[in-house]
Amino acid sequence: MAKIYSQKSLKNQTGKLNPKDETIEFLLNYSKALSVININNLKFEALLN
Amino acid sequence: MQNELITDAQLVKSYIRGDESSLEILIHRHKQRIYSFIYSKVLDRDIAEDIFQDTFIKVIKTLKRGKYNEEGKFLPWVMRIAHNLVIDHFRKNTRMPKFSNTEDFNIFSVLSDNSPNAEKALIKDQVESHLKMVIEELPKDQKEVLMMRIYKDMSFKEISEITGVSINTALGRMRYALINMRKIIDKHQIILTN
Repeated sequence: MAKIYSQKSLKNQTGKLNPKDETIEFLLNYSKALSVININNLKFEALLN
Repeated sequence: MQNELITDAQLVKSYIRGDESSLEILIHRHKQRIYSFIYSKVLDRDIAEDIFQDTFIKVIKTLKRGKYNEEGKFLPWVMRIAHNLVIDHFRKNTRMPKFSNTEDFNIFSVLSDNSPNAEKALIKDQVESHLKMVIEELPKDQKEVLMMRIYKDMSFKEISEITGVSINTALGRMRYALINMRKIIDKHQIILTN
């Protein structure tokens, strides 16, 4: 049998790619937990879990 | 369907005002394009996942800090962040090249760890303590010559001068020391190899 050396085009491979659900879940939780506190023109980040 | 009607700019505004669900819509709307873009550059699912995550952490921080200005559009802005993080990733990797093993080449065939593992260290300790025991059983004069020759690396001339015997006697004691040690080893059936 002859071998096929050609590669599938990257477009086809990457077309259906999506990040994992856990990653998105993490980002949404991160966003909910993060609050920026403004004191005297200084910004503080606080992560409240 | 209704989500599609709300523009990115409107969603960003309502997210800045505190509506967390707007971020969810934005992420779901653009996740595929951003993730595919990152993957097309790094060609590794895990790394793409990390960069995607870092991209949105940066997006979230910038929006919450109120530093985002709607000059351009949301997606090109996020794409630019992702692009910069991809460049950072490659910069970091050229500073610290990563080898991955293939069928033809395994990095551990070139690199080896010569330090003794726990088992070897244990055997070495055992051999040394057995050897000490064997030496302790030798007659005092033989033990003295053996210690000077092997552990203090002295010549037979020096040994003969210190112990006050002739070189031949010192040589003879060394010979008997070795013969006796073999006998003791046989008697106790000690294995002195590691």
